[in-house]
Amino acid sequence: MAIQKRSMLLNVGPSHPAMHGVIRLIMELEGEKIKGVDVEIGYLHRAFEKMCETVMYNQCFPYTDRLNYVSPLINNVGFAMTVEKLLGIDIPERSKYIRVIMSEISRVTDHLTCLGASAMELGAMSVFLYMIKAREYLYELVEEITGARLTISYVRIGGVKADLTPGFADRAFQKIAEVRKVLIEGDELLTRNRIFFDRMKGIGIISQEEAISYGITGPFLRSTGIAYDVRKANPYLIYDRLDFEVPTGTTGDNLDRYFVRMAEMEQSLRMIEQCLQQIPDGPINGELTGDIIPAAQMVDRAKMGQTEGLMEDEVALDPTLQGSTKKYYKGINADQKSVVLPPKESTYSNIEGLMNHFKLVMYGHGIKPPVGEAYFPVEGANGELGFYIVSDGREHPWRVRVHPPCFPIMSALPKLLVGSVMADLVPTFGSVNMIAGELDR
Amino acid sequence: MTPLEQVQQQFAKDIIETHAFRGDETAVIRPGVLLNVAKFLKETPELGFNFLMDLTAVDYLFFAGGRISKEYRFEVVYHLYSLKHNHRIRIKVPLTEENPEVDSLDKLWASANWYEREVWDMYGVKFKGHPNLKRILMYEEFKGHALRKDYPFNKRQPLIGPQN
Amino acid sequence: MSFISSPTGFFTGKLNEALGWARKFSIFQYPFVTACCGMEYMSTAASHYDIDRFGAGFPRFSPRQSDVLFVVGTINHKMAPVLKKVYDQMCEPKWVVAFGVCTCTGGFYDNYATVMGIDTIIPVDIYIPGCPPRPENVIDGLIKLQEKIQKGEQNRTLYDPRTKIGRPAEMQEGCTISHPIKNIESSS
Repeated sequence: MAIQKRSMLLNVGPSHPAMHGVIRLIMELEGEKIKGVDVEIGYLHRAFEKMCETVMYNQCFPYTDRLNYVSPLINNVGFAMTVEKLLGIDIPERSKYIRVIMSEISRVTDHLTCLGASAMELGAMSVFLYMIKAREYLYELVEEITGARLTISYVRIGGVKADLTPGFADRAFQKIAEVRKVLIEGDELLTRNRIFFDRMKGIGIISQEEAISYGITGPFLRSTGIAYDVRKANPYLIYDRLDFEVPTGTTGDNLDRYFVRMAEMEQSLRMIEQCLQQIPDGPINGELTGDIIPAAQMVDRAKMGQTEGLMEDEVALDPTLQGSTKKYYKGINADQKSVVLPPKESTYSNIEGLMNHFKLVMYGHGIKPPVGEAYFPVEGANGELGFYIVSDGREHPWRVRVHPPCFPIMSALPKLLVGSVMADLVPTFGSVNMIAGELDR
Repeated sequence: MTPLEQVQQQFAKDIIETHAFRGDETAVIRPGVLLNVAKFLKETPELGFNFLMDLTAVDYLFFAGGRISKEYRFEVVYHLYSLKHNHRIRIKVPLTEENPEVDSLDKLWASANWYEREVWDMYGVKFKGHPNLKRILMYEEFKGHALRKDYPFNKRQPLIGPQN
Repeated sequence: MSFISSPTGFFTGKLNEALGWARKFSIFQYPFVTACCGMEYMSTAASHYDIDRFGAGFPRFSPRQSDVLFVVGTINHKMAPVLKKVYDQMCEPKWVVAFGVCTCTGGFYDNYATVMGIDTIIPVDIYIPGCPPRPENVIDGLIKLQEKIQKGEQNRTLYDPRTKIGRPAEMQEGCTISHPIKNIESSS
């Protein structure tokens, strides 16, 4: 009897162990060979773009955190830079350095998570545990500055929320050394690992022309040998002052993507070190001579007219607002009263500051960019992250569009998978680093 | 000569408006010539726009900031990037409410495929010649187009569970 | 526990207690990970915080083999039928943990795409608010779940948005304030 040949349809996802993200693949299999793939996305569509149209500009930051939730700081920076471009304002040096430091920390956490998770899916559980340990060190740094581990909402239009804490540089150098150790451990465990090597090499290949045609950017494009990096091509903030390389691969397979990500983490760590050495000193305003008094007391004194010496006093703030008092203010915020909230001391102690605060947070007021549109790309962890914002001159954005870097990569997924075997899905999908929050928005 | 000037020179009578607000060079063109403009931008060696970075749409219904013309409601926005020359350009195509339809760029850039599906899903703009124009982010049962300005932001259409 | 007045007899009561004790330290969980909370779930599961200490370190990726469903991250209307199906496939006894504020109430995603609380679809036993909750918060929720398992309690009711029945009172208005902050406010 002749063996009857027919293809089989296999549905993978949306909730599947080998997929760290919600996506559904409908695959046509012939034996173990993949004949065709249909990719279905949208299982984490949370209406980011619609929600941004309903809130004010600074209120969009919490939503941007949750786009690429593995590297939220880069999203924050991207959105803020776009609105600043729309407003046509510049920010102080120190806050530029802070933004770069935080972005690079975020990029390292993203790559650590991506590599750790994809190694775990290939069975290398200890690599995952080590990399999450390293990520935990970096989260401690992030938490020290922003007050949160993951969804930080740290950047503000015209600056950042809080200055670096005293002694941050020393702690950062310590943590960077720890992360380097983990990277060496991970490298030893994976790079010469026969199983890992065999499953990654020559799988999921994409050519340069195809990658360009699909609009792929970031580590994925660089693995094919094209050294396109927004930080080099259109330097923003202070990237042109930093010494770093853009690692590239040669073949564009999974192994190359792994190497590119490993090398990029090292470059990011180098950048953080350089920034910490170059960053101009803060706080700019120096030490205040008065006492540190609670906010309620300051408000009471101002109401009763006991304003003698009040200008020299510092307010004791909630831990989440630490680093945003008057003495740090000038170093981290643009000199634009129509954009940036006043220092907390003036909000609490004088009417001008209070008015300024209300004019920025009240409904119907707020930041009002001129009518127009702007697109600003930054280098996200997965590639070019661009925000396109249309303003109608009111306090709400008319349209916020984010160009998600993993969206084009996912559209190329059938190209990567067709022709390979079923088991290759796991390493290929891991190396794509799909982040559902950014893919579906 | 900047890319915008070259486009202006080549398609003088089909360009409705140009501007370079904050340095973003923008050309607003008539819907009919989109394919020609795109081909020109991609295939002219001095321009070499090989990346279709982003494709999206904007709904200008009730827009307070002044529009090109009241008859146009949507604008499809293309962001192009040239790897070789490292320059960018934005092309906008205004569309009317009655006939929101424009040519698909799927043949020129593979990335247009999914972007166009997304624009169809969110705005209901049709793309002529698209091979697979169906919803991408929302489910098939969803009625209407969510990012249109006349779609309430919290109008739910649940598949299971309580109806709003 | 007075065995005379208890509805169950002495031996069955003791047996239930023993079963509960055994169950609460061998939680086979199904992580239904969708969104941002997954990152904190990873942190909690990895060596730094290590939920294995509480007997919940072993994720099963088949709903039929698991007894606690961790719903980690936003559920939108496209995903909702999938979640319901996974829940229906689980064998009794089963518990559901709503991890993160999106699953508890919908959080700040009050829009056309998002389900306003998974308790409108499946019954929820433990709510862990936070956006995302810190690992300490998760472990706290896990201990509360263990208490519930020990007592053999399971929630069977869905939340009805019209009558506002079926959700804990402090979560009614989409309130996401966790207890420590409440204490500070009431003390000052």
